[in-house]
Amino acid sequence: MNATHGLVTDTITFSSVDGPGNRFVVFLQGCNFDCIACHNPYTINICNECGECVTACPSGAIDFSPIGRLEWSHDACQGADACIAVCPWDSTPRSVVRPVWELMTDIRAAAPFLSGITVSGGEATQQADFVRELFGAVKSDPATANLTCFVDSNGATERSTWTSLLPVMDAAMIDLKCLDPEIHRLMTGQPNDQVLESIRYLAAVDRLYEVRLLLLPGINDDPGLLDRTASWLADLDPTIRIKLIGFRHHGVRPTTTGLVEPTAEQMSNYSDTFATRGLFSLCVI
Amino acid sequence: MRTRATALVRDASLGYDQKLRQLAALATESVDYPPLSPACQEALDKRVICDMYEGNAPYTPRYVLPDYQLAIANGSAHLELDPPTNLDDALAFLQIMYAHVPSVTTYPVYLGDLDKVLAPFVDGVSDEQLDRSLRRFWISLDRMLPDAFVHTDIGPADSRLARSILRVERSLRQVVPNITLKVDPSITPDDLVLDAVQTVFETAKPHFVNHPMMVGDHGERYAAVSCYNSLKIGGGAHTLVRLNLKEVVLRHTGDVDAFLTDTLPCYVELTAELAEARVRSLVEGQRFFETHWLAQEGLISLDRFSAMFGIFGLAEAVNLLVAYEGGTGRYGHDAHADALSYRITERVAELVAARPMPYCDGGEGRCYLHSQSGIDLDSDVTAGTRIPVGDEPPMFEHIITCAPHHRLFASGVSDVFHVDETATRNPEAVVDIIRGAFAAGMRDFTFNLDSNDFIRITGYLVRKSDLVDIDQRGARHSSDYLAAGSEAAFHLSQRAVKRIGCHERDPRPGH
Repeated sequence: MNATHGLVTDTITFSSVDGPGNRFVVFLQGCNFDCIACHNPYTINICNECGECVTACPSGAIDFSPIGRLEWSHDACQGADACIAVCPWDSTPRSVVRPVWELMTDIRAAAPFLSGITVSGGEATQQADFVRELFGAVKSDPATANLTCFVDSNGATERSTWTSLLPVMDAAMIDLKCLDPEIHRLMTGQPNDQVLESIRYLAAVDRLYEVRLLLLPGINDDPGLLDRTASWLADLDPTIRIKLIGFRHHGVRPTTTGLVEPTAEQMSNYSDTFATRGLFSLCVI
Repeated sequence: MRTRATALVRDASLGYDQKLRQLAALATESVDYPPLSPACQEALDKRVICDMYEGNAPYTPRYVLPDYQLAIANGSAHLELDPPTNLDDALAFLQIMYAHVPSVTTYPVYLGDLDKVLAPFVDGVSDEQLDRSLRRFWISLDRMLPDAFVHTDIGPADSRLARSILRVERSLRQVVPNITLKVDPSITPDDLVLDAVQTVFETAKPHFVNHPMMVGDHGERYAAVSCYNSLKIGGGAHTLVRLNLKEVVLRHTGDVDAFLTDTLPCYVELTAELAEARVRSLVEGQRFFETHWLAQEGLISLDRFSAMFGIFGLAEAVNLLVAYEGGTGRYGHDAHADALSYRITERVAELVAARPMPYCDGGEGRCYLHSQSGIDLDSDVTAGTRIPVGDEPPMFEHIITCAPHHRLFASGVSDVFHVDETATRNPEAVVDIIRGAFAAGMRDFTFNLDSNDFIRITGYLVRKSDLVDIDQRGARHSSDYLAAGSEAAFHLSQRAVKRIGCHERDPRPGH
């Protein structure tokens, strides 16, 4: 795939939960993490065309082409999500390769209603070249030049990814799964050194819009750990915008067992911990 | 009539005032209807066309918009009131005047653009004093004018009064008054729109109107009143008649072209005939404008009135016509169906613009076109030009589909958009959508949030908590009874958050 095309899971024309104001959101397929609490696990892997979904689809929207490639028909799809439910590979047959110009057509049409666009995933930085092309197109088109361009990322990428995006990226929103490297590895399958470095760097160049913490009782909500996390963030920038998100079962893989949702009281405790450590702009959901 | 009058006076769920009003309505049924042609009478009897149950002998215009600024500046001989000189006197002046403004609901549907009407009296009054005075005034309005069609307008300019009105509104969370914010992208600051959006999250008000588009149709002196009828200040609407497009299609045989060239013009003319008969009855028969004090003191004038020509059931009309031609597309989901919807409304607009109407100088001798948002008796037919409740596409497609109709309806459209609770954490997103909707050519619209206590029935507001057990214990707001009817007819507990509508009297005794 070249930079002018991206593997796109889906787009949302209006979103009020992906950054400031109303935003057009592009979800890119493929993630370098494998989080136990992933809320959209079908975005993790690139489809391997195993074909399990062909017979599962109630509307016959998925089939192999004459040359043996798995194909999904947008028009025939009724949105039953049976393909996602049956997929043994945490993927979806519905992600499609889309060119920048095609996405720009949709973004231009919606532009009068938007504050900006956000690229999410999956993991947006896995297709950083495409993201840069898309943002560049947004910035250079008079109809969309006033829109802000945000990346929603897990932060697990090289600094060079960010330096290449900086000319066209207004800000990033980074998930911090856990400050503790061992717990981070347990939660995501990966170390957290790049994540911490990304947060540090983006804060230093003033392109960090928000840090999000997904909190799972008994896993990453130890009071001492949260206190250290708050201190670490306050050292970077005591006014940083922090979103504390309580784990919810919705969307999570049914194979994931043993995870519990925090109570309102627990959420309140998390919030208090952060409030005492900085002047953070705190958002608790 | 004797049976119905007996039932009314003995109805334990109605208060004294409500009985009085419904008995008066019953009495006008004994008066002869203005003469109609047999074809018009039949269309009315079958409810292809509808007079909104305004009564056989209209003795007040349906909507009256007195020029309160003029009244405050000049005082009133009829009311024996000198021009007020301070805020307290101005608020007392208005409260007295409201008691003497007629309307089809019996309550004033327009309270004035209060941020402008009160502007001369706020110098030297602190924000705290202003909030306190307006709060007391607001409580009086809700208790003394208990009807959700009572309406005030603010904007497009920012002001201390506009801000205070929104603050008071958020703190009280009342049904009355309904509120409209006039928005002009070049005048109204984002921050005021944001303040209004925060108010929507609390009380489902205000309604938002496209000020430049309204000024283009009515001039600077206009207001949105009742449940979203935009009319001239110092004027109003004699009557509202409406055409059920679904019923017209059901009476049509042939293709779309024949519908547009033969059947539709025939029913538009019958609707216009009904409007003309009612306008003449009011103006020539009851001689309202020769006898009422508002007209005598120049606070309204006949030349700023017109009649409203409403349409509804566009969605069903389009879907039926598409099906007649073998298609399967639905309005709101199919480009061909949407294109047909625009042909229909443009054709209606053309026909209404070609039909002279007496005593309608406010509309340059023509009716104002209106996308009529329903009454509680409607069933199996969608309000105005809306996409059916529950069948709406995502908001962007919804707006883009509905927007092309809006320019045609000078007296209002009032689409309703549903926002979910996540938007309350990001009100700027709603501000973005408002800006976009106006840029896309929308005239006016309302947002509903399903998580607060307010629901919008056809267009007016009720508190869900006021509808519980209404049959047994009655209600303080007369509009709540209409809502209870709608609740039963439409299962509004599930659906009301997405409907819009209207007001008017319910012809059924007991409601």
